[in-house]
Amino acid sequence: MLLDIRTGNLGPLPIIVGLIIVVVLFGFTATNFFTSVNFVNLIQESAGTAMLAYGVVFVLLLGEIDLSIGYVAGIGALIVAELQLPGSGHQLNGILAMLIAVLACAGIGAVQGGIIAFVGVPSFVVTLGGFLIWQGLILNVLEQRGTIIIQDRWINYTDLYIFSHWLGWIIAAIFTALYPISVLYKLIVARGTTIAKQNWYVVGARSLGLAVASFGVVAICNHGKIIKTPEGLPLALLLVIIAFVALTFLAKWTTFGRHVYAVGGNAEAARRAGISVPRIRVLVFALSGAMAGIGGIIFASQVNSVALTFPPGNLLLNAIASAVIGGVSLFGGRGEVRGALLGALLIGTLQNGLNTLNVSNGWIYIVTGGVLLFAVTLDTFARRLQARSGR
Amino acid sequence: MTDTPLLELRNITKAFGSVQALSDVNFEVRPGEVMALVGDNGAGKSTLVKCVAGTHAPDSGQILFEGKEVHIHGPKDAARLGIEVVYQDLALCDNLDVVQNMYLGRELNRAQILSEAPMEQHTHETLKTLAVTTIKSVRQPVATLSGGQRQSVAVARAVMWNSKLVILDEPTAALGVAQTEQVLALVRRLGEQGLGVILISHNLHDVFETADRITVLRLGRDVGIYDRRTTTQQTIVEAITAGVPTKVAGIPANAGAES
Repeated sequence: MLLDIRTGNLGPLPIIVGLIIVVVLFGFTATNFFTSVNFVNLIQESAGTAMLAYGVVFVLLLGEIDLSIGYVAGIGALIVAELQLPGSGHQLNGILAMLIAVLACAGIGAVQGGIIAFVGVPSFVVTLGGFLIWQGLILNVLEQRGTIIIQDRWINYTDLYIFSHWLGWIIAAIFTALYPISVLYKLIVARGTTIAKQNWYVVGARSLGLAVASFGVVAICNHGKIIKTPEGLPLALLLVIIAFVALTFLAKWTTFGRHVYAVGGNAEAARRAGISVPRIRVLVFALSGAMAGIGGIIFASQVNSVALTFPPGNLLLNAIASAVIGGVSLFGGRGEVRGALLGALLIGTLQNGLNTLNVSNGWIYIVTGGVLLFAVTLDTFARRLQARSGR
Repeated sequence: MTDTPLLELRNITKAFGSVQALSDVNFEVRPGEVMALVGDNGAGKSTLVKCVAGTHAPDSGQILFEGKEVHIHGPKDAARLGIEVVYQDLALCDNLDVVQNMYLGRELNRAQILSEAPMEQHTHETLKTLAVTTIKSVRQPVATLSGGQRQSVAVARAVMWNSKLVILDEPTAALGVAQTEQVLALVRRLGEQGLGVILISHNLHDVFETADRITVLRLGRDVGIYDRRTTTQQTIVEAITAGVPTKVAGIPANAGAES
């Protein structure tokens, strides 16, 4: 159900409404907000955060926390920057460099996860240690080297590549088809069961909404021009959506995803049911590390370099806030990947809009914090209502 | 009932450091029988069950399953033999629905991708054969079920895996009167369907409602096995507290005891 007020099961609706309100508000107040150039900017700014937030969802589902992702993202960016460096003697193809960086970040996550799972040190402490260690490593390297410029075009494409208008439309059509395909998948895989039952009005409304959103996004992207160069759909958005689809499938339709929810819901029950809890923990932290690496590469691509200012802004806190605003419980077992996507979009839009209004950084933090508080309060109320209605 | 017991324990001994938890305990369950295991706190009930479930390894003694000696090194070994344990604190995931809990850790999958349809259908069938009719939807989260319904789900999960022996640890401890009846009826049904059932309980009323035979443990030793039809609650209470039943006017010593 999209919305069931009686049971307080609000789903993603409040955040979508919030997003619309924010967009309309900035549309009226900020002069440069409602331009397609800024729209493409917003997508490129938020893409990295969304990638990190996806990883955070899985960590939170376990009832754990990963504080290291901001600087693990930095490590990922540093590795690609180093491996693509021309004339360094170890220059690699950009795609290979990115692959190695993501695997290395997954490895970092797996080691941290291993300490959490096998030694039993709380994740807060382990990843706080990671936070400091990876920050220190980045400082050591970059204080010596200064800024490392990224020249490899594949790496820079991850955030900045712009599709031609026609490709943009085709991708919009594919996005539009995704939801009907997922409904069809359910109908075929789970034929004759309750999960296959659909409220066809809701399916229709959602399909229509997604179609409008997809084609609208591409239309806005295609509309703009920077001087003479036409703007278009950025590759970053495609990457974000691909990751979203893949990770949603992982969470909802695979044994691994089911076990993540189980361990987060009741680790002891999961253990007694024969699930290897340490294995799940290690894999989830590896996934979190990998997503941080991907996000880090996208951020590096955005500025074509890695500098001491990396990671930008409050990356770690923005990523965690995205997941939490998106309705992922900090206590484990409850939440969905789509929450992180919507949360990252809301935070990105807010910060972008306030930027175009020339608001100071201080106020941007204050407003972001207020929205976080409001979202979680609303969710808590909704859940209390849910508990009262016995569902 | 056949002559070979489904599960037979011979001279099981288990010590934790200097604490002798079990000494020379003999125990048996026949197929289609509800065997109650009673005793005071610290009598060794849980330890005995954990030896069968594979959580603890006994220091010495033999475990025979269907007449053959077996070594159980973990919950998976126990499950492979067809032994399932329903724990006192349920061990369900509140955030998952009934189907997801029934298949927890053993999800049907093709190349790691869940096969939801057969899982849901089989859950329906299992609940139906056990006459668990009060659960409205198998897709509702377990958190929304009543205590009795949750216990039913836990029991149904245990019997779904072609299990031969189901061990129930205090299944009615947290339940109200009506829900207790519901679960006890379910326990009796398990016996009628040919499974061996070990019922651990403090509640002698529950035991006399469901059990065919009763094994009494006291201070890590088996006091005796009693037939429910020929013994009284008083005899059992005395066995639990004093060990050897004392003579009471009208009842001979060891009334109903087989060994």
